[in-house]
Amino acid sequence: MPMTAYDEMRMADGSIRSHYQYFAEWLNRTGQDRIKQKRGEAERAFHRLGITFAVYGEDSGTERLIPFDIIPRIMPASEWKTLEAGLRQRVTALNMFLDDVYHDRNIIKAGVIAEERIVGNTQYRPEMIGVKVPAGIYSHIAGVDLVRAGKGEYYVLEDNLRVPSGVSYMLENRKMMMRLFPELFSMQLVAPVEHYPNMLLENLRGVSPVDGAQPTVAILTPGPFNSAYFEHAFLAQQMGVELVAGQDLFVQDEMVYMRTTRGPQRLHVIYRRIDDDYLDPLSFRKDSMLGVPGLFAAYRAGNVTLANAIGTGVADDKSMYPFVPDMIRFYLSEEPILSNVPTYQLRKPDECKFALAHIAELVIKEVHGAGGYGMLVGPASTAAERAEFRTRVLADPAKYIAQPTLALSTCPTFVEAGIAPRHIDLRPYVLSGKNVSMVPGGLTRVALREGSLVVNSSQGGGTKDTWVLEQWGEPRERALPEVVAAADFQSQSQSQSQEN
Amino acid sequence: MLCSTANELYWMARHIERAENTARLLDVTYRMSLLPYQPVEPGLAWAEPWSVPLVTNGLARAYYERYPTLTAENVLRFMALDSGNTSSIFSCLRAARESARSVRGAITSEMYEDLNSAWLDIRQYDYERVESQGVSEFLDWVKMRSHLFRGVTFGTMLRDEAYHFIRLGTHLERSDNTARILDVKYHTLLPSAADVGGAVDYYQWSALLRSVSAFESYRKIYRDVITPIRVAELLILRADMPRSLHSCMAFIYDTLRLLSDRNTQEVERQAGELHSQLRYGRMEQIMSNGLHEYLMQYLDRIGALSSEINSVFLVPSN
Repeated sequence: MPMTAYDEMRMADGSIRSHYQYFAEWLNRTGQDRIKQKRGEAERAFHRLGITFAVYGEDSGTERLIPFDIIPRIMPASEWKTLEAGLRQRVTALNMFLDDVYHDRNIIKAGVIAEERIVGNTQYRPEMIGVKVPAGIYSHIAGVDLVRAGKGEYYVLEDNLRVPSGVSYMLENRKMMMRLFPELFSMQLVAPVEHYPNMLLENLRGVSPVDGAQPTVAILTPGPFNSAYFEHAFLAQQMGVELVAGQDLFVQDEMVYMRTTRGPQRLHVIYRRIDDDYLDPLSFRKDSMLGVPGLFAAYRAGNVTLANAIGTGVADDKSMYPFVPDMIRFYLSEEPILSNVPTYQLRKPDECKFALAHIAELVIKEVHGAGGYGMLVGPASTAAERAEFRTRVLADPAKYIAQPTLALSTCPTFVEAGIAPRHIDLRPYVLSGKNVSMVPGGLTRVALREGSLVVNSSQGGGTKDTWVLEQWGEPRERALPEVVAAADFQSQSQSQSQEN
Repeated sequence: MLCSTANELYWMARHIERAENTARLLDVTYRMSLLPYQPVEPGLAWAEPWSVPLVTNGLARAYYERYPTLTAENVLRFMALDSGNTSSIFSCLRAARESARSVRGAITSEMYEDLNSAWLDIRQYDYERVESQGVSEFLDWVKMRSHLFRGVTFGTMLRDEAYHFIRLGTHLERSDNTARILDVKYHTLLPSAADVGGAVDYYQWSALLRSVSAFESYRKIYRDVITPIRVAELLILRADMPRSLHSCMAFIYDTLRLLSDRNTQEVERQAGELHSQLRYGRMEQIMSNGLHEYLMQYLDRIGALSSEINSVFLVPSN
């Protein structure tokens, strides 16, 4: 592609950006053999730990490793500060929008968004009208995908408000980097992320439907064959809560119970990793074997909290995306801190016409698509693919949006030929409950194929550790030597007194 | 603890123990097959040592559906690495690892890592490798993996319900297996009655003792020649032999008492009764009705206890 992408590590003149300085020096002086050995060690460890994901529609081995690259994505703390404020603002507005959609509908009354845009959306859940949820929070765990383009400006690519995954890779990547290259962490201040499970548990407990008694929290999984099962089990273990499947639960008198070896145990908060459709065969898809009959009734009665709430999809699909800046202005009376990617809504005839005329330059996406499926990257497409997409768009224009092809920023990455720039994105995880919180950084995904802009793990993407650097340049000030010296002194005086 | 979690943990433990015990059974068979041996009655199929692992596990029919003839190689293929045999070592490790994967939050990460690496390792084996490495070497590897997993469990796991269900599974499986291994001698007929007490008889009993790691203990305790009644006593009634029926049942009974509440009195009673019989039993009485008959009856009762545990703790009807 002719576009030049923003390089996270180097400036246009080839010199190293100051926050990458230390890492680049380390990389230069570390032998290739050691790097190679460490990369092998990482791969073996990920295999042994069973940090795998399943790929749908693939026969060979239902479990696969998600490739891990040892060159971190580094950003200065000042940059993260802006992102954090922007994310907080955006997710707050989105939660207010969801509450509004299912209750007063002020945003429709004010004429900001047309009613049919909402009620005509397939992700809209009329069952949720008037249902009260604790603290008015719908998306307790949001994953907002950010990309960097042009001269390094950040854009929100999409909001994931249903069941965003990947946070376990963020945590495991950090653990792996600290295990492989402890020296990097002792010389610089990298903001920690390991407390995420604690924050998540606090957040979930904070939205319990009952006050007082310690609420019981569980993670609801579709089961070991789900692509993200590792993550479900990982988070349950890290939080010290039960990992349950549908058949472990039952509903009686509109209360949810777990079947335990000591009899039924009441459940208050369910972090569910199952889509809305499959939650309750009595209320949604009748053929669902994954859900719990009667769960929705218990939810409506306010006896159990679901995180995320039912019906959040209405706010995160690509047809609603162009309205998020308006939501921020409407609910918070603030200007958006984070920018949207300019978006053509193909349901509008003139925008559709423009987009089809420029199909070779744009990215066309299905409104409900996810995971990198159902999209066309114009500059990387063949004439045949474009012709096929054009037919699909014309058949149902409202199903599609188009965006300019962004030259996503690149980060140096180990590939077969050595180190080469590859495109990356960033998914921070935003927790909302009694308040909004997040750990610095998030999950950096990298498109490993040369020139590819698709970072999804299902499409051959990998991941990197993400560092928010608090301090760099001069080697980190270390308090340790003094402490060690003091301890040495003490033990010396003790042994002396023993001799006496 | 969730019933389904308890169920997976229990079966994880049973499958690992079963893999180890299958290795032990193959080991004793292998050792016996190396002894000079002339079948006196060619028609008597199970006089052949390699039929023993099949007969004692009730797998003869499944075996003949997959293999035309009874050979050492085929039995080893079938019992060690055949993924089509749900009782093979390979299948047991796969099942154990699948269970562990589905409840990995309930075990320590060291336990999962250990079991997962055992699984990744066994996938690298095929019969040719087993043969070139040596059959005993492979069987020792299986035993070592089981020892390692037990050690990791013992050394890292909180003593909570999850731990107790693992112990319960281990000891139920082990007591079942010790009874079966002891019965092996019943199936391995001596060439003639005159050989009883002879060299072949001696080697058979000592192979059996070695297969349950009891040979050295036998020497320590009895300091005398190997006699059938003492072997049986060691593996049935001795409370200080870790693989004896008595010792296993003591573990099972104690564990059930830790887990029990008002709904589980029947299962506790059954285990208590079995435990008392082993604790106060006498060898003369056991041998008077025949060792084989005693062991068959014991296996039935262990089976009944397992299904009671199943319906009380693991898969309760609502």
